[in-house]
Amino acid sequence: MKNQEKEFLSVKDLVVEYTSEDTVIHAVNGVSFSLEKGHVLGLVGETGAGKTTIAKSILRVLPDMSARVVGGEIRLESEELLTKPEKEMEKIRGKKISMIFQDPMTALNPTQTIGAQIAEVISTHNKISKAEAQTRAMQMLEMVGIKADRYQDYPFQLSGGMKQRVVIAIALACDPELLLADEPTTALDVTIQAQVLDMIRNLKKEMGTSLILITHDLGVVGEMCDEVAVVYAGQIIESGTKWDIFDHPSHPYTVGLFHALPDISKKTDRLSPIEGLPPDPSALPDGCSFHPRCPYAEDKCRQGEMPTVEVSAGHFCKCCRCGIVNEEV
Amino acid sequence: MQTVVETKHLKKYFESRGGMLHAVDDVSLKIEKGKTMGIVGESGCGKSTLGRTIIHLQDSTDGQIFLNGEDVTVRKGAQLKKLREKMQIIFQDPYSSLNPRMSVESIIADPLKVQGKLKSKGDIDAEVTRLMKLVGIEERLRTSYPHELDGGRRQRVGIARALALNPEFVVCDEPVSALDVSIQAQVLNLLMDLQQQFGLTLMFITHNLSVVRHISDDICVMYLGQVVESCETDKLFEATLHPYTKALLSAVPSVDLHHPSERILLKGEITSPIDPKPGCRFASRCPYAKDVCEQPQELKEVLPGHYVSCCRCKEINGIS
Repeated sequence: MKNQEKEFLSVKDLVVEYTSEDTVIHAVNGVSFSLEKGHVLGLVGETGAGKTTIAKSILRVLPDMSARVVGGEIRLESEELLTKPEKEMEKIRGKKISMIFQDPMTALNPTQTIGAQIAEVISTHNKISKAEAQTRAMQMLEMVGIKADRYQDYPFQLSGGMKQRVVIAIALACDPELLLADEPTTALDVTIQAQVLDMIRNLKKEMGTSLILITHDLGVVGEMCDEVAVVYAGQIIESGTKWDIFDHPSHPYTVGLFHALPDISKKTDRLSPIEGLPPDPSALPDGCSFHPRCPYAEDKCRQGEMPTVEVSAGHFCKCCRCGIVNEEV
Repeated sequence: MQTVVETKHLKKYFESRGGMLHAVDDVSLKIEKGKTMGIVGESGCGKSTLGRTIIHLQDSTDGQIFLNGEDVTVRKGAQLKKLREKMQIIFQDPYSSLNPRMSVESIIADPLKVQGKLKSKGDIDAEVTRLMKLVGIEERLRTSYPHELDGGRRQRVGIARALALNPEFVVCDEPVSALDVSIQAQVLNLLMDLQQQFGLTLMFITHNLSVVRHISDDICVMYLGQVVESCETDKLFEATLHPYTKALLSAVPSVDLHHPSERILLKGEITSPIDPKPGCRFASRCPYAKDVCEQPQELKEVLPGHYVSCCRCKEINGIS
């Protein structure tokens, strides 16, 4: 993750706030990570942790009225994205970076045929004729496993799984180098999810696309990702390879997440939930934002910035009691 | 063992533009006292319709429903109101199932008032206090409105409301699927504690197989309105016999990186539930489908206590 040459995307000290009326919501609070070409990074965390805001900041599609990037850098192949003029971002969006949005039911335009919605992206970014764009769009449909003769169908004529595949076809229509997938399978049934994940995996293999996969499902992470970053209250509290995180979870929150999951491979008598609730992002606690729920919390956790500890090479944990936690786990 | 809820050949059809939609098609099951029956399946398989039909949120098309041995299939007016005391439901979406204009207190008190069980304001207040404590809602939230609560707390309000009348049977329709993992575990533990405390009989409807394994004693797997496999939970996870259940289980992404499951990828789309053909409804996606599968299927006891609706079941699983 640290090799400068291979570094494809790097996000450094990103801070994003939303303002609603007179409260400031601290959505992203100093997030840094990098991604190598062709790799898959999983951003894991619960509702409101700031995962989607991170992705939207990269694509620069945060709502103008309420959101503000307070600080940080986002570099794609060492080009700074945050300061790019809007006109240039328009060329990057959908072409170099594209995003699969969470809800296939609302991501598509209900009054336009699915074919036209795919062709639109293609003709926006390529100087080609209408007929060519149409042919390309049909190929994209076939690629995601929908017969080309459904080009003229409207979204309401498709099942949830098919709609999500159309959304994926739009995202992939211009061979993006970076794909941001925001809970791409959360709205789908497991058997359909398996099909869609399989498809994304194949596309990544064929086209060498780099992928940021946002999800709350640790199973999906285990199956798809190379690296994982666990997000809590707008911060990355633990990051490393998939194996680091799954075999040696070190942050009390990550440990808690794994314990809270019912295990399909064996019967458990009682689950161990994480007590309490995620903090209100407009009034984050001092010190470690997890300390009110943390079974290991002591005085030093309640104030100041938490140190980032390198547990093993490339495995980072933002916890001042990380060593003690590890011994007990 | 005492059977609390039983259905016999229960059917629920809906009229739709294209014809009759067979949402629940010939479902027979029994739930014993104090046990949890898990109903698993994907969206549109009829699992919610089954639960709602059993507790009379909608009338059944055909078949029978029994509560403690008594035929309660047709219940109207005062009889239905009486029945509601015994059968309750916890809904999936804690956002849309609570009236946004009622406070926590009045939501929980509502069933008590409707049924006229408690008359004086003092008694009702005391009962609301007890119920709030029971499900772990802080007293300070008594006069809060649903929009002021997080998902987990809203679901606790829904649970308190369902338990207000001391029901015997509660349908839990995906009660944790809208919740985050850390909160999901809190609510699941609460449900299991309450079940033990009051000897509740539960029907737990979910698409999440890990959750169903954790909470249920018995399982019915549904596909397009029909039960395709049913047995004790442990038996199902030891030996999965129906091709659909096999595919469903294999599709769950595992958090165990060292033992990844062999994935069975299903091809094709789900058959339409509108006027389905008589044969096996899974055949269009089934890797084992043959001509014989076009014949009507029957839920048969393949191994002791293990029922499967698949004519090729024994052959596929090498059972003599």
